[in-house]
Amino acid sequence: MNKYNPPRMNPSSLRSRFATRFLRSLSKINAKKPTASSSSPTEIFRRYRRIKVAADKSMAYSVRSRRTWSRAMLWKLRTRPCCRRSVKTSTIVRKTRHEKQNKNTTTTTGEDGVVFGVEADELRELVPGGEAMDLYNLLDETAHYIKCLTTQVQVMKKIADFYSP
Amino acid sequence: MSSRRSRSRQSSGSRITDDQIIDLVSKLQQLIPELRGRRSDKVSASKVLQETCNYIRNLHRQVDGLSDRLSQLLASTDTDSDQAAIIRSLLME
Repeated sequence: MNKYNPPRMNPSSLRSRFATRFLRSLSKINAKKPTASSSSPTEIFRRYRRIKVAADKSMAYSVRSRRTWSRAMLWKLRTRPCCRRSVKTSTIVRKTRHEKQNKNTTTTTGEDGVVFGVEADELRELVPGGEAMDLYNLLDETAHYIKCLTTQVQVMKKIADFYSP
Repeated sequence: MSSRRSRSRQSSGSRITDDQIIDLVSKLQQLIPELRGRRSDKVSASKVLQETCNYIRNLHRQVDGLSDRLSQLLASTDTDSDQAAIIRSLLME
C-alpha cells in the first residue's frame, strides 16, 4: 500500500483497488433490483445493508491477509449467518482460538508501567480482531485500519457526489 | 510457545520497549485530525487512545451514512456506463 499517493493515477494503490472492487459490487447490487418495488423502504434498507457489507468486503479484500484486522474482517464476513455455503470453519476457528490464548490481561501495561486499561479495551472492540492482539500490535493495526477507513470514506463520498443530482 | 513475559511475535526474544509503544502512539496521534498539530508530550497516551476510539466511531458513522445515501441514489440510476468515468475522476486526485 502506498503511503504517499503520487499525483498520477496509480493502479496498484489501495484507493484504486478498493474503488474498482466497490464499484463492481455496486453494479451487482444495482442489477438485482426487483422491478416493482425498487424504491420501497424495505428494498432501500436491504440495499443499504448490501452496500455496507460490500464496502467492508471490498476494503478487506483490497488489503487481503496482510493485516490481522483484515483477516479478522474477512473471517467475520465469510461466517455471517446468511452465508451458509462455503468455508472450512474448522481451520479458521482453530486459528482464532490459538490467537486468543496469547491474549494478555485486561489492564494493558507497557514495559515500564504505562497503563492504558479501559481505552485499550474500547479500541479492541472497535478494531476487527482486536481482542486477540497485544498492545503493540493493537496500536500498529489501528493505525493501518484508520488509514483504510479514511480511504473508504473518501471513495464512497466521491461516488455519492457523482451520483447526486 | 511464547513465555509469559514476551509480548511480541515479531522480534524474536526481545521485549517491546516503552519507546516503541510511545512511537506507535505518536504515529496514531498524527492520524487523528483533532490531535494532529499538538506536541506529543502535551497529549497523554490515554487521551490519544480515547480520541482514536472516537475517530473510528466517527468514521464508522460516516460509512453508514454514505451507504444509506448510496442506497437511495442507486434506486434510480444505472451504474455500468458510468464506472470508467468515476474511476478515472477518483484516481486523478
